[in-house]
Amino acid sequence: MNIKKLEEKIFKGLMIGSSMLIFGVLLYILYIIIKKGLPSLSWEMISQIPSGGFYLGKEGGILNAIMGSLYLIFFSVVISLMISVPVVMYLNFTLRKKSRFSAFARLTFDVLFGIPSIVYGAFGFTVMIFFGLQASLLGGIIAVSLLIIPVMIRSIDEVAVLIPVELIEATKSLGATNYETIKVILRQLLPGISTAVLLSIGRGIGDGATVLFTAGYTDSIPTSLTQPTATLPLAIFFQLSSPIEEVQNRAYSAALILTVIILILSFSARYFSRRFSKNKI
Amino acid sequence: MLKSRLLKDRIARHYMLTATVMAIFVLFLIGGGLFLKSLPIMQEKGLWTLLTTSNWRPFKGDFGFASYILSTLYVTGIAIFIALPLSLLTSIYIIEYASPKILRAFSSVVDLLAGIPPVIYGVWGTLTIVPFISKSIAPHFVEFSTGYSVLAAGVVLAIMIIPLIISILMEVFAAVPIEMREASMSLGATKWQTVKKVVIRKSIPGIVAATVLAISRAFGETLAVLMVCGNFTDLPKSIFDACYPLPALIANNYGEMMSVPQYESALMFAAFLLFFIIVVFNVISRLVLIQIDKRYQL
Repeated sequence: MNIKKLEEKIFKGLMIGSSMLIFGVLLYILYIIIKKGLPSLSWEMISQIPSGGFYLGKEGGILNAIMGSLYLIFFSVVISLMISVPVVMYLNFTLRKKSRFSAFARLTFDVLFGIPSIVYGAFGFTVMIFFGLQASLLGGIIAVSLLIIPVMIRSIDEVAVLIPVELIEATKSLGATNYETIKVILRQLLPGISTAVLLSIGRGIGDGATVLFTAGYTDSIPTSLTQPTATLPLAIFFQLSSPIEEVQNRAYSAALILTVIILILSFSARYFSRRFSKNKI
Repeated sequence: MLKSRLLKDRIARHYMLTATVMAIFVLFLIGGGLFLKSLPIMQEKGLWTLLTTSNWRPFKGDFGFASYILSTLYVTGIAIFIALPLSLLTSIYIIEYASPKILRAFSSVVDLLAGIPPVIYGVWGTLTIVPFISKSIAPHFVEFSTGYSVLAAGVVLAIMIIPLIISILMEVFAAVPIEMREASMSLGATKWQTVKKVVIRKSIPGIVAATVLAISRAFGETLAVLMVCGNFTDLPKSIFDACYPLPALIANNYGEMMSVPQYESALMFAAFLLFFIIVVFNVISRLVLIQIDKRYQL
């Protein structure tokens, strides 16, 4: 009898311990990034592009990477939305509920979701060679779109399956076509779509392996789609590998900037999804 | 009026279908593209030689992937070894013991951990794990280690896959019907006995699926591993030696490979290998998870 209780106690202790450990690791990561990044964070870092001796520790900032990442993610999100929303609408509201095709499609998107970013990067690069493109903003957009389309589809699909059949039936019984029904549903789905967008931005903006060969790297802000562009993850990665201490310190503060962006995105995504679950019909 | 409505409906339907087919086609396009690109090196060297030899001298035409494949396996093995027990204990605690408040708080923790970009994990790893291994752990076992090692990569990877495993396990455990737990408790079993004999036993397929998914995630992780693994081609002799997993190989050599067509094909072969293993693992585990979902929904 006592052994039973003892075993329960030991395992409960282990469980609480491991939960605390995981929570602790999260705090520790944030603590290290803030502690290392804060000292060399300055207005100059986020408002200027690298100057001549930037990589030797002279003045300048990483505005090129910040703007590059923003351009890249903006276009990728627009393209992904144009694909993901119709896909989810088709799977949920045009096909029959138990259609084989939609089961197959969902499995495919799950698998695409699991494919690592380096493979998307390598594939994107092959596509670019095929079309004779150099490393450029456009190449980066193609690769990042491929990366985030499955993220977006899965995330929108999660809320789309919760739409009650009654809503669809009500619109259809009023004589609406499938397209008109979808327009009604879309309004219901807006918070879910916002969450999906924020999630995909987080995934896309933080990923370095996709843009490593496709977007290239440059010190200036791109002015056209065919120019290469810098990105935040690569700015961190390249500066960290420098032997000069000032440059390394800037890598840490770039890491802090990226982390702050990710945290903001993540918290707003949670806010939207909570608002959605409150308004659920 | 009616005609234009119907026309709009038809256009929308076609657009949606096209988008869906295109998105599905991406998977096959990637697979086919990488396969075609890696075909020359496979024909020249033979699959077996590529996979089992470890001579890597691209400019002399030697392409043996064995040490990269083994590096990938070592690193993934360590990551799973650390991550699986922690994730199991944590997700059981959250689902079976914790209050709804803790459950909600902890799902934020999991989301945040999952959202942190690989490069940040890499920065954190080089700042904490690497020096810790080189100064505090390795001296007890080996003469010298820079800290950039199999172990460092394994630890960083473990932390990166923990949120993935936990989020799947939470769903798997939550899918076990409450009636089953109640039946066990009403027979006098303690909470832990119920968890052990009912919840975990019922969830074994789900646990396996989560593990397989985590393995495939760990296989493909690039930047974080690249930053802490040391990137050294020789076969690691201990977990304190540097290693060189496949994704890091691709990422490091992409720029220079353009001049040698054979080299390009070899790196594409590495990408295809990753793609193939990950797709197979993903399909199997997703099918298992779908089955679990179905069983309890009815």
